[in-house]
Formats: sequence, C-alpha cells, structure tokens
Amino acid sequence: MIGVRRRELGALFGFAERQLYVYKRYWVWEVVWLFYSIVSVLSIGFLASGLGTLGAGGAAFDFRRAQLYLLIGALLWGYLSLVFMEAAYAIAWERWEGTIEYTFMAPVRRLTHLMGICLFAIGYGLARTLIVLIAAVAIFNLDFSHANLLGTLAILAASIVPLIGLAILTSVLPLLSPQKGEQMSFAVQGFLLLVSGVYYPLSVLPLPLQLAGVVSPLTYSLAGMRRSLLDGAGVGEQLPTVAVLLAMGAVLIPVSVLAFTWAENRAKRLGLLKRSG
Amino acid sequence: MSTAAIEIDGVRKSFRVRERESGAPWWRRESKDKVALHELDLTVDRGGVTGILGPNGSGKSTLIRILATLLTPDAGVARVFGWDVVTEALQVRRHVNRVSVEAAFFKELSPWENMVYAARLYGSSGGTRRRVVEILELLGLPRDVIDQPMKHLSRGQQQKVAIARSFLTAPSLLLMDEPTTGLDPRSKKEVQTVLETLRAEREITVLLCTHDMDEAAALCDRVLMMDGGRVLADDSPAQLRFRYDAASLEAVFMHLTGKTLEEEDEPAQVAQ
Repeated sequence: MIGVRRRELGALFGFAERQLYVYKRYWVWEVVWLFYSIVSVLSIGFLASGLGTLGAGGAAFDFRRAQLYLLIGALLWGYLSLVFMEAAYAIAWERWEGTIEYTFMAPVRRLTHLMGICLFAIGYGLARTLIVLIAAVAIFNLDFSHANLLGTLAILAASIVPLIGLAILTSVLPLLSPQKGEQMSFAVQGFLLLVSGVYYPLSVLPLPLQLAGVVSPLTYSLAGMRRSLLDGAGVGEQLPTVAVLLAMGAVLIPVSVLAFTWAENRAKRLGLLKRSG
Repeated sequence: MSTAAIEIDGVRKSFRVRERESGAPWWRRESKDKVALHELDLTVDRGGVTGILGPNGSGKSTLIRILATLLTPDAGVARVFGWDVVTEALQVRRHVNRVSVEAAFFKELSPWENMVYAARLYGSSGGTRRRVVEILELLGLPRDVIDQPMKHLSRGQQQKVAIARSFLTAPSLLLMDEPTTGLDPRSKKEVQTVLETLRAEREITVLLCTHDMDEAAALCDRVLMMDGGRVLADDSPAQLRFRYDAASLEAVFMHLTGKTLEEEDEPAQVAQ
C-alpha cells in the first residue's frame, strides 16, 4: 500500500516535472505570453484611468476603487484562466507531440495524472500572476491598505479546488473530439469570462446569464477576493464563500474524473487515442 | 500470476468509418464497420520472442494496442499474466511496455528528460542517470546525445532511445510494433542485436510486430502470420518453412495469401 502511494506520488511529481521541462524548452513562448498578460492587465488598468474622460464621475464614483475592482478581475481571471487552460491543454498537447498513447498506458491512476498536470498549472499560474501583479502595483501605485491578506489567501486556496474540477472537465473535450476539442475549450473559457463577473457585477447581466454565473465557481472566487482586497473581509467573514467553493469542488472533482474516465473509455472503444488530427 | 504471458479468447475489434462513395455529394457519407481483428484465440507462453507478421491493415497494431490497454475489444477477453486488459488495466500496465513505429516523445525534451519522465511514471527513478547512460551505451548511442533535444536526433537514434526507455521500466512483456521500420540497415542490425542480448539476459516476453521477414526469421521463436484481421499460420519459422516447403517466410506468406507483404492502409478510425 505504501509502495503504491509512493509510486503514485512519484508519478504525480513526474507529470509536474515534465511540464516544467517542456516550459523550459519553450521559454521564449512563455516570455511572449507573460508580456501579453502584463499588457492585458495594464490595459484594463488604463481603461479604468480613462473612465473619467468617458463621462464616469460624480460624488458617488470612487475612481481608485473602480480601478482596483477591474484590476482584481483582470489579475484573477488571468490566473484562473491560465490554470484552467494549462490543465485543459495538457491532453491536446499530448496529441500534438504524439505521446498520448504512451502516457495513457502508463501504470498510473488517472486521478494522479490529472492532479499532476493541475499541480504544475497552479504553481505556474501563481508565479506568472505574481509577476503581473508586481508590474500592476508598480505602474498604478495600487492601494492595498484596506486588504486582508489572510482572507485573500483563504479564498485563493479554496478557489483551487473547484478550479481543478473545471479544468479536468474541460480536458475531456480533446478526448471526445480530437479535431474540435481544443476550440471547444476556448468556447467554455469565453463563456466563463462572460458570466463570472470578471469585470462587472452579475446584476448587469440578463437573467439567464446571471443564473449561469451563479453556478460558476469563478463568480465566488472573484467576489470573495474583492471583499478581502477592497473591503478587508477576514477569514471569518469569508467562511461562507470558502464553504461554497469547497462544496463546488467536492462535486466538480469527482464528476470531472468520472467524465474523464467515461471519455477515455469511449476513446479506447472508438480508437480515438491514436488520432492526432 | 498466470503461467501464460498472453491469453486471448475470441477477441474481435472493428472500427466505424464514415465514407463518401465516388460521385456522391459531400454531405452524403455512410458509416460502415471495418473489421480490424476477427475472432482471435491466442496463447503466448512466458519468455521468448513471438513475431506477428503481416502487411499494414492485417490487425497487428490493433492486437498490440488491445494488449497495451489502449483499445477495448468489441468482444472476447484478453489477459496479460492473468489480468484482464479491460477490467484490470492498471495491473496489466505495470508489466507491459511498448515500442511503436512512431517514437512517442516530447520532441523538444532531451532523451534524459523523456526517460526521467518514463521512470517516474513506472516508479523506477532510483539511480536513473547511471542506468540511462548504461542502456544508451548498450544501444550504441553516443553519450553526448543524452541532453540534446530529441528533435535533433536521427530517426534511428530516436528509435533506440524509445527502446532504451522501455528497458528502463523493466517490463515483463515488451510489445514492439515495427520497431525497426524506417531504420537504416546498420541501426536495424543494432536494434536487433540489443533485442537478442535482452532476450538472453532477462526473463522477458516479447511480441514483435514486423513486416520484415528476415528479422522475424532471425529473432522469433514463433511466428504468427496475419492478414485481414485473421491468423493464417502459427508456428516456429523453421516449421512454417518446412510445412509449406518454402525457402523463406516471404514464400510462406505468398503461399498463404497469394500476395507479398505490400503496403496496405490500416482500417481508418472514426474521427469525431
């Protein structure tokens, strides 16, 4: 039993380490993506800076708060979408490289495989977001004096759980369709951006989209982060949001692993693992 | 564990393909089932090299993929060392490795990085660097290729790394799907020599798919000749030549099928 656990742990680390090797080789691309992330977040910050010239104003309008609101959305979306897509793309990447069959016939539980991919994606996402955050703080002189760090970290940690479930669920798509799965992953990501309150409160959305936003874990991550960073909500005040995120994760992870197992079995029945096109 | 390395009982596999008949409009496609493997019964004892000979489309790769737990049979049962390839796939995978015609690697990574990855997946990472160097030298690869990206290696070198990777994980059953196809004669000979060495040194069962009749005659204790998803003959190379009064395995195949081992397409698999 201990031997099996050690082997699974070794494999878990092996998947994360493999991703690290791949990223080291593609470091130029990573520099380009990092630049793109920084530019995207800064654009949102400058958009907020320009709101005054676009007519937003009045006594009730708090420019600094609006800027922080948008930047938190941009930063957190950058992190969540990166983790989400890294994990989702892990399967598509194996198709491009032609290694998918080798990985799928390895003596490793599928949960270990998927968790290993997510482990790297979370670490990488945090590192990249930290760099973007430093750039944003330096340029916009952001004021986090009201922020509650522990409350923020509690939400960030809890957000990882449903995020893993969502990422695994999306990685099912390239298994279902070798040719269209990747594009479908983008569609899912885009829909989450629309309904999760990244740049606006859910209340501005039409009712059907609001309902979709209510079941998106990213909605709770974003709302929780804003409460801690803008209003100083501590761990105690964040417990209900943490509970919602963990509950969503407790449902999403088993469901996503089951969905992945079903898709893997289907791919083996139809002979889809072999195809790379 | 079972005394047999492989037990196959009534295994059948077909793939659904969508085809457009000549002259039909582009939207009119019909789905058809193409049988890759007809009902197959086979037992392979532990140890030795069993060759599977046949042209492309004969069902060799389908059989290998079923045993590697990468395809689910439509009917029948396949067992590796007594474990069912469908219901006990994880147990099967612990004892099996596969070398395929396409060297399945992360091409940007080095042989070392690819082999560390393999070692971690198979739980054999202790003292890996020394073992990797040993195995690569055994295969005649220069020491300096170990840290170069795979994409800079020749096709023959990549294939040797693939074989080295399979040795690293110490499988009890090695599935080799045309491992020397596309290699130059020298690389082919080196790979064959390594296989002979491995066979002499270790308790390993090898299933070798090939359309190289000379390779099969030189390496295999037993040969199955396949065509159209069916086994046409099953015996030792010498017995096959004797039974069909043929000078070579190529002649035996000609006698059985009326054709040479020419290229034919594998049954296309459904695209979603």
